[in-house]
Amino acid sequence: MKNRKIIKYVIKDIARSRAVAVYFVLLLVASSVVVYSTGDTSRGTISLLNIVLLVVPLFTVIYSLIHVYNSHEMIETMLVFPVRRSKIFSAYYTGLSLTLSVCVILGLGIPFLVNGFTDIAFYLLYISVFLTLIFTAFAFLITSLVSDKTKGIGISLICWLYFAVIYDLLVVAFYIVFSDYPLETATIVFTMLNPVDLARIFILLKTDVAVLMGYTGAVLAKFFGTLSGIFLTASMMIIWFLIPYLTARMVFNKKDF
Amino acid sequence: MKIFRIFIFLLLVTTLGINNFFGKDIMVDNTQKIGDALNLAEPYDRIIISEGTYYEHSLEITKPLEIIGINYPLIDGHKKGNVFVISSDDVTLRGIAITGSAVSSMYDYAGIKVENSSRVTISENRLEENFFGIMLAGSDSCLISANEIRSNSISESSSGNGIHLWKCSSVTISGNFIRGHRDGIYFEFVTEGKVLNNFSSQNIRYGLHFMFSHNNIYRDNIFINNGAGVAVMYSRQVEMINNSFIENTGANSYGLLLKDITDSYLEKNIFRSNTTGLYAEGSNRIKINSNTFIYNGWAVKMLGNCEDNLTENCIFTGNSFDVATNSTRTMSLFRRNYWDKYTGFDLDKDGIGDVPYYPVTMFSVLVHRTPESVFLLRSFVVDILNLSEKILPVITPENLVDNYPLIKEPDLN
Repeated sequence: MKNRKIIKYVIKDIARSRAVAVYFVLLLVASSVVVYSTGDTSRGTISLLNIVLLVVPLFTVIYSLIHVYNSHEMIETMLVFPVRRSKIFSAYYTGLSLTLSVCVILGLGIPFLVNGFTDIAFYLLYISVFLTLIFTAFAFLITSLVSDKTKGIGISLICWLYFAVIYDLLVVAFYIVFSDYPLETATIVFTMLNPVDLARIFILLKTDVAVLMGYTGAVLAKFFGTLSGIFLTASMMIIWFLIPYLTARMVFNKKDF
Repeated sequence: MKIFRIFIFLLLVTTLGINNFFGKDIMVDNTQKIGDALNLAEPYDRIIISEGTYYEHSLEITKPLEIIGINYPLIDGHKKGNVFVISSDDVTLRGIAITGSAVSSMYDYAGIKVENSSRVTISENRLEENFFGIMLAGSDSCLISANEIRSNSISESSSGNGIHLWKCSSVTISGNFIRGHRDGIYFEFVTEGKVLNNFSSQNIRYGLHFMFSHNNIYRDNIFINNGAGVAVMYSRQVEMINNSFIENTGANSYGLLLKDITDSYLEKNIFRSNTTGLYAEGSNRIKINSNTFIYNGWAVKMLGNCEDNLTENCIFTGNSFDVATNSTRTMSLFRRNYWDKYTGFDLDKDGIGDVPYYPVTMFSVLVHRTPESVFLLRSFVVDILNLSEKILPVITPENLVDNYPLIKEPDLN
């Protein structure tokens, strides 16, 4: 069995799933409503940002997780054949993340294409795809580590809640406690340590430049705006994808099915 | 003796009369000196300068003259002193290109300097690379119109102001284009002035800057991308109508900064894409009416030491923060404004929301205390915080509220 064959099989399998169709329609409707009602694509993007930051990670992690758990038997069968484990793993990952990414790009992108595509819309699609890649990797990591489906779903929910909500709450608490200290470096570190925050900052630098130029914001905006800042942000996003992906693959390769 | 007196009188009248009504034209071309023509001219003569380049400076105009350039003759001061110094009433200077006034940290050299004169008209001139552009001191009833004033200043200390007025009254400044000076338009101790239709951009410090200047009117001006925006201080009865304050971004940059401004009037101005649109400190009894705040970082920052200001019928849309303050109380009033973040309802359909709008969010208070936290902007947690604070206000000013928020954007035309 070739790698491409497995990817094809996975994509076919997902394409038949109703949940992905619902996901696509949901994104399409949200994007259209926002774009048409604001009539202003840059403000529309800001409204969509919250949907992207919450819904995309949540759906991606849960759907990927359930899909992998449900394909458990199929994967076991495939392992009988003379195929390298890492190939099966990467094929499954590619199939899932590719389908979900296409879903996101089309669902969010079509209304913008119709109504005027801006660079901000492009950045929004860019971060959506990255979040999809990262959270699919998280799902794979969880499935490799936990074989119980219910437990896995619980962990994935906590994982999502942590990155989307709890982490920022902790940061707020930190800001309040340490408000007397200079916090520029801390802010940069905090941002780097959460892929959802990284994605948000990416858009913020395009839409809220005015506010970021105030006080210490300017220092940070300059950091994130410079070439080295952009490079660091982008490489941080790649690291956020690589760590769960490689760990999951390692565990998968050694796992006793 | 009596006849002699009458003779003298008649002589005086006729000479004066002739000079008044039959002032002669003096033509100057670039083989001659303008300075000579100025010495030669009698009061009320007209000096016509033809095309060409003239290397002269410190040209003193001490009698009422009309000086007109044909096709913008260039007068280059070669960085020595002022170019023109006007110290007589009733002087007109039109259609001349002036460059190269001296740069000094001791004296304020200018392209055109007017000292203690009345009824001077300076119009349609082009001033480039001067220390100060046009400078008026102790003068009144002058008109400065349709001049183009440019400079490529690098630092505040090595540059002067585009149009600089000191101790003047009843001066009209209209239709000028100013770029790249220290302050675009600068007023100190100026009263009864009118600033109309000017365009001031890319100045190092302020687009417009005035202090101790009462009873002035500013109308239809555009201030774009100036180092620190527009700052006005210590003045009363200021009227600002239909001006645009655009793209002033930076930590200490404000669309319009009001410091100790009282009994003034702001109407139909547009504040767009500034870090802070309108900043008010120690300012009292200001009517802020029908202004538009769009895409600013902070639309309005009003400190706790402001009293009795009324913000009414304004549009707030696309701003990162609508209103910020440093106090938990406010003495100013906000009412009947349109806020794009308003989520209330209007059951009786009278166009006014049934629940009040609190423009100061918990997050803006947090950002005020810890500026770095601005990087949490637009995160879900911030929405949660704002919502919880909305339900139970603890740290946001309770009385900073719009009790009659508009449901639809008012038509401001």
